[in-house]
This record gives sequence, structure tokens and C-alpha cells, in this order.
Amino acid sequence: MNSEVNFQRIIALAKKDIKRIVREPSVLFMIILFPIVLMVAFAMAFGTVGGTQSVTYQIGIVNLNLEGNHQQWSNYFIGNLTNIKILKIQEYQNSETAQSDLMQGKIQAVLVIPENFGQSCSSYWAEANPSLWTNTTLQLYLDSGSMFATQAIPPIIQEALITTISGTQRIPLQIPINIASPSMVASNKFTTFDYMAPGIFTFALIFLIMTISQSFTAERQQGLLRRINITPITSKEIMTSQVLANMIIALIQAILLLAMSLIVGYRPVGNLASFALAFAILIIFSLCCVGFGLITAVVSKSPEVATGISFIFIIPLMFLGTFVTSGLSTIAQAAGKFVPSYYVTDALTSLFLRGAPITSPTILFDTLVVLLYSIIVLMLGIILFKKFGRRG
Amino acid sequence: MASFFMVKVGSESRSLIVIDKLVKKYEYTIAVNGLSLEVKEGELFGLLGPNGAGKTTTINVLCGLLKPTSGSVSVGGYDVTKESFKIKELIGVCPQDTAVYSYLTGRENVELFGNLHTMPKDKIKKNSDELLNKLGLLEDANRRAGRYSGGIRRRLNIAMALVQDPKIVFLDEPTVGMDVQSRHAVWDFLRELKKRRKTIILTTHYMEEAEELCDRVGIIDHGKLIALGSPKQLKDDFRAKNLEEVFINLTGRSIRSE
Repeated sequence: MNSEVNFQRIIALAKKDIKRIVREPSVLFMIILFPIVLMVAFAMAFGTVGGTQSVTYQIGIVNLNLEGNHQQWSNYFIGNLTNIKILKIQEYQNSETAQSDLMQGKIQAVLVIPENFGQSCSSYWAEANPSLWTNTTLQLYLDSGSMFATQAIPPIIQEALITTISGTQRIPLQIPINIASPSMVASNKFTTFDYMAPGIFTFALIFLIMTISQSFTAERQQGLLRRINITPITSKEIMTSQVLANMIIALIQAILLLAMSLIVGYRPVGNLASFALAFAILIIFSLCCVGFGLITAVVSKSPEVATGISFIFIIPLMFLGTFVTSGLSTIAQAAGKFVPSYYVTDALTSLFLRGAPITSPTILFDTLVVLLYSIIVLMLGIILFKKFGRRG
Repeated sequence: MASFFMVKVGSESRSLIVIDKLVKKYEYTIAVNGLSLEVKEGELFGLLGPNGAGKTTTINVLCGLLKPTSGSVSVGGYDVTKESFKIKELIGVCPQDTAVYSYLTGRENVELFGNLHTMPKDKIKKNSDELLNKLGLLEDANRRAGRYSGGIRRRLNIAMALVQDPKIVFLDEPTVGMDVQSRHAVWDFLRELKKRRKTIILTTHYMEEAEELCDRVGIIDHGKLIALGSPKQLKDDFRAKNLEEVFINLTGRSIRSE
């Protein structure tokens, strides 16, 4: 038995497999067009594409006026803000937490009520002479990414402030409390699509299982595997060509999906290294799909049967490890930890959504799990296919 | 019986294929039962018999796809059970069922097999052009094979087996289902191969094809060799007008009634 690996043979077979993807409409649709259509559809349904701005504004309140005789004034003020239907008020213990949520896009504004707010309100009623009032300033931080928030929120707060101080009957010309010029904060605002996008990358690859198993069973059924086996090619070369072809396909698929996702408004965080690692993880995962594809081909007698049987792997990988996961029960989500797609999606989410560095323990752990899983499944697939799958 | 006929084989050139008491059993059937024969270098040998006689099983053993149950088989001096990799470098096999990649063009199919035999690129191109031309495929060479008619696919099937210019060629029913014109084109091509001293085993159940092309024929039935010799010699021996009659004389039935 010749143990040498000849790259002319491997490249010839890999080119043949890539031509199949490009030239067979059903395969091209499943591997390239379907994920792209899905990406666009989800972006339109759950992202910013074609979406409308929310008419409710989430405002974080940091109330520092908690001590002394005048604290009821801040309670009135918060109460007045709460009564405004288009505002949703969330109280925070400190400014740092509130601003952190603002940066993450969870709220659109942060209002800090100063310690002397109540004293200032009381002075307004106690002294007719404005020079004797206790003056103070409300700090307001706004999400600079929301045009509506920056335009709408300051006058709404101003109105609530006036109502708090003077009531609804009279409009004072002057009050002792100012709203400082809003500080604009750039937030990382996430749409549902942003949470789904990493899973869509994983989802797209899973369908390689189907196309690989269809390819092998069709070639076996048509006598092509038998024919190739009459040439001096080795099993190692056949398997290497499969791995190579599918790694290239995975890379092309990931690039096209990323390009399309950017077009439809997806804005992943992360740097060049994050993207490189994300692509590497997807390519590693494609090996796992090759393994599952081979296992499917072993037990399938025809491409039609392979299509059906491939869903034994596709369904759990899809439901437990991609964008579908978020709506599942806690038990199903826990079960996800047993499928490799979960770790691919988790790594991509950490890289693209959380902005985790490539050296973070989570990313390294996820990558390691995907790598080990892929090696084991691929080896199992190759062994089973060599033993049982090549017979015609 | 087989060894009796083997005496009649010419001894001027060496035997490239030697089959000795080959038995191939499947779970419930014996496909080949004690077959012995030799094929000389440069000989065009016809393996004749009805469907299910064991022709394809014999070819599959010769090219290393099936292991013999017993007996010994060597091709080009290499044992099929121990040195099948060496044999694969010597042989070109045209399978009975057309096996072509439908999504590749005719040329790409032929070139793929040149690459699998690790031929140099320029040689692949030269041989492909030559084969496509000789088999009347040049016009369709850049069309995808999936769009070919049955006859063109069968000719492509042959071209894919020969691109590496093999020393030994196994053609398993290469003209089955072809129209008369295509069949005669293939016959001309096989005659040319013979002129180039290729050793060829041709399985067929078309007796006229064997008579037309083969130096010697072996007739097998139910896995056993029942006659061996040149077409003329067999016709003389059995006082038959053609090989079809030889088969009827031997078995009492027509080869095509199977």
C-alpha cells in the first residue's frame, strides 16, 4: 500500500467537489444562497433594516437626593417622569452602572438627580427672591446613536421638572434648577438580529452535512467511488481532498455571509484578529460537518435517504447550538452544551457581540472544544466510511 | 477444461494476466467457479457469457476491487491480493455502468482521471485531446456530461479509462446500449489500441463484437470457463457459423435469452 500523499490527486478531487457546489443549483442554494437569504430575512425581521424606531424611551435615574428633609421632591420628580407614557424609568444605585447600561444600549438616557435637589425645590417655594434660591443642576447623559432620544428626551425632562417644582397650574419664568447640556454617549445598541447573527454563521455550515452525505452516496450509487478506487488514489487522499474542499467552501461561505450581514446593517465589534479567529473556528467546525456527513453517508443507501438521515445531526446542531437557542427551555439550553455548534456560536458571540479579546478564557475554551469535537467526529467518520461506506 | 484450452494459447509473448483456479463466492452464490486462463501481452481477449455469468466479477477481481475467495490472480506480474496498488498504476478500467461526473464537462471528466494518475499537465492535455477526438467527443467536450445522450456518455466512459495510456485495459461491456454507428467507432478505436500493443480484456455478450475484434475468446457460463480459443478455432471446433452458435452448442440455449 502506498502511504505517500500526492497533492495533484488531492487538488484535482477538491476542485471537482468545489465545482459541484458551484454548478449544481440545489447544492449552491443550500450552501450559499439559502444562508444569505436567511441572513437578509432575519436582518429585516429582527434588525434595523426596514425597522421603525421605538416610541418608548428607557431612562435610567440616579437619585442622589436620598437624605435630609427634602427628599420627597426627588420622589415627586421621579413620579412625574414615570407618569409620562413614552418614558420607562429604571432607577440605579450609582451613575457608573447606569452609564454602563447606556453604553450597551439598554437605556437611552441617564439622569442624575443631585443631592441638593430637594433643598433647591424647597428654596423656590420659601424665597420669592431668586438670589436666595439654592441653585443646582441635573446631569443628563444621552445615547448619541439615537437621534430621536437626543431630540425628544431633554424637553420631556424639562417639562417634568417644571411640573414638579411649580405644579401644573402656573409656568414659572425662572426656576433654581437647570438641566446641564446633555453629554452624548456612544452606545453599543444591539438588535435581536445582532444576537442572532453569530448563530446564523454556524447554522449555514451545518448544512454541509447534508451536501457531503448526498455527494458521497450519489457517487457511490453512480459507481464513481468504485471507479476512483480503481485509480492509484488512496483513502487518505480522498479524505484529505474532502476536508480541503469543504474548508474552502466554509471560508467562502463565511466571507459571503459576513459581507451580506454588513450590507444589511450588522456591525460586529472586534478587530482583525477577532475576524481571523472567527473564520478559523468556522473552518474547524466544517471538519466536524465533514465527519457527520461521512457518518450519514455510511448508513444511507441513496442521496434521498442521506437527505433525511442528515437531519438526525442537523436538527440538534441547529436547535441546540445556533440562533434558535434563545427561545428554548433551560433544559434544552443546557443540552446545547453537548453539541459543538453551541461552542461555535458562543465563541462568535463573544467575539462579535461582547468584543471579547481572542485570548479570553471563554474564546479559548470554546475553540478547544470545537477543535476536539471536530477531530473526534471527523476521525470517526473517516474510519466508518473506510470500513463500511465505500462499498458500491 | 480450462487447462486444456490454455495449451492452445500462443507462447510467443509473456502472459500479462494469469488467473489460476479463481473462485469468488458471495453469501449465497458462486460468481466465479475455478476459472483459469492467461492473457498475453498485446492480446485482445474477449470474455463472453450471458448476464450473471461472472464476467464483471472477474474484472473486479482483476482490478483489485474484489478479493478472490480462493485461487491466484496476477496482473502485470503483480498479485491482486498483495500488490493491488501497483496494478492500479498499470490498468485502465471502463466499468459496465456509465460512471461520469454529470456536473463536469466531458473534458474535465477525462482530465480528472489523468490527474488521479498523476500525469504531467501537458500529457493530460495531449492525451485528452487525442481521446476526445478519436471517440468523436471533441464537439461536446466543453459541455457538462449531465447533458450528454446515453451514447456520448458511454464513449466518455471509455475515454476516462484510457487517458493515462494504460498498459492493460479492462473494458466491461463498453458498447452496450450504443447505436450501430457509435459501436463501430468504438471498434475502430479498439483496433487501434490493439495495434499499439495494449493488452485488453473485453467483456461482452455481443458475439459479433467478439468475432470482429478478439484474438481469443473465453466463454464463461455460471462462473465456469466452458470454451477458450480464437473465434475461428471455436467455430471450427464446434462446426458453428458464429460464436452465438458455439454458445448454443455448448449450453443448449442462446446467450441473449438470459
